[in-house]
Amino acid sequence: MKLPPFEYACPTSVSEAVALLASHEGEAQPLAGGQSLVPMMAFRVASPSLVVDLRKLAELRQIKISDEGVTLGAMVRWREILDDARLRTVQPLLVAAVEHVAHYQIRNRGTVGGSIAHADPAAEMPGIVLTCDAKIAVTGKAGARVIDAANFFEGPLMTALKPDEIITEIRLPAWPAKRRFGFQEFARRRGDFALAAALLFYDDDGGKVRNAHVGAIGVADTPVRLPAVEQVLNGSAIDEATIAKAEAAASASVDPHDDIHASGAYRKALVGVMVERALRAAAA
Amino acid sequence: MPVKFEVNGKSVEVEVEPRLTLADCLRHYLRLTGTHVGCEHGVCGACTVLIDGAAVRSCLTLAVQAEGAKVTTVEGLSLEEGLTPLQASFRKHHALQCGFCTPGMITTAHALLSEEPDCDADRVREVLSGNICRCTGYISIVEAVLDARSSYKKTMP
Repeated sequence: MKLPPFEYACPTSVSEAVALLASHEGEAQPLAGGQSLVPMMAFRVASPSLVVDLRKLAELRQIKISDEGVTLGAMVRWREILDDARLRTVQPLLVAAVEHVAHYQIRNRGTVGGSIAHADPAAEMPGIVLTCDAKIAVTGKAGARVIDAANFFEGPLMTALKPDEIITEIRLPAWPAKRRFGFQEFARRRGDFALAAALLFYDDDGGKVRNAHVGAIGVADTPVRLPAVEQVLNGSAIDEATIAKAEAAASASVDPHDDIHASGAYRKALVGVMVERALRAAAA
Repeated sequence: MPVKFEVNGKSVEVEVEPRLTLADCLRHYLRLTGTHVGCEHGVCGACTVLIDGAAVRSCLTLAVQAEGAKVTTVEGLSLEEGLTPLQASFRKHHALQCGFCTPGMITTAHALLSEEPDCDADRVREVLSGNICRCTGYISIVEAVLDARSSYKKTMP
């Protein structure tokens, strides 16, 4: 369908963007890459009175790498992550996940901030920020604040963002060089939303797992961490017994809904298999 | 509101509503009907055009977002007479039947081969996974793109 009518503004600073959003009392929407907002408008799921295009905010386009970790500007596109060879060593889990984000043409437009603000429970980037304990920097009428990823996602397409706030940066903590990781996703067609995916990493402590972080997408109303799986892994060696226990714990941790793509029971089994495969990949 | 950009090397200025997609702008305002509109919500890939060289879905891009950009449509990837090597390869391999998806296939394949003239079949399939074809079963399209690689290698500096 054609899009519903809206007013359009293209501010050149974050403060101007925030002022525009605030002036429309919840009826305005920021436009980043447009790969979720535009289809939502086509379906009339969203009909903002004002669309605030963020494309001129050059300060939101940077990828910064330091000892503290990786900072992604909210307007960084998927394609820019895949093209940045540095990220393959300093944040390989991010790169592995982004390879599964949507299709070629969408990766040329879609942005990390847009994906997090959209908060699709099956999207990769929300799973990454949650699993990696990222911090999400936002700016609104009341000023700037930083939200822990653990407190950011409140439901399907619902976040802690206020209507006048935009995401400015995503801060991913530093990644030790020897960290082990796995990303496994199952979708009916490569590039489609995940039926289920597992994201995990751990540090190797003399053959035993330390600091396990395990997340999943596509199996709940938000991306989720799987603390029961983390508990199985911490202090154990990755052997067949541990993998089997982790797989069972992953399936037992979730209670997904049925939908047109897959039954809840299928997704429940699938998330276990994704954890199993991700663990094998991480240990290999 | 007015929007100025370049289409296939020609500068254009059109007066549009903000809600107009780039796809509809190209088709209805600029009469470049080679860009096809299938699903209008970013799933089928038929409307793929290049913005500053990158393949994008023109149904998920507002015309006003194209301000200052260089847009290339399937018309811009064609010759006055005869077929380009990519088009000829599509013909040789029977990579189209009804032809509805073909503009999106050509623009996407052109973007891919321009950047990665050495891509393998898996990469071609992965990239074309964003373009739906309901006729061919894709095998002939993948073969056509692979066969056209040599013509892109020659143009590399």
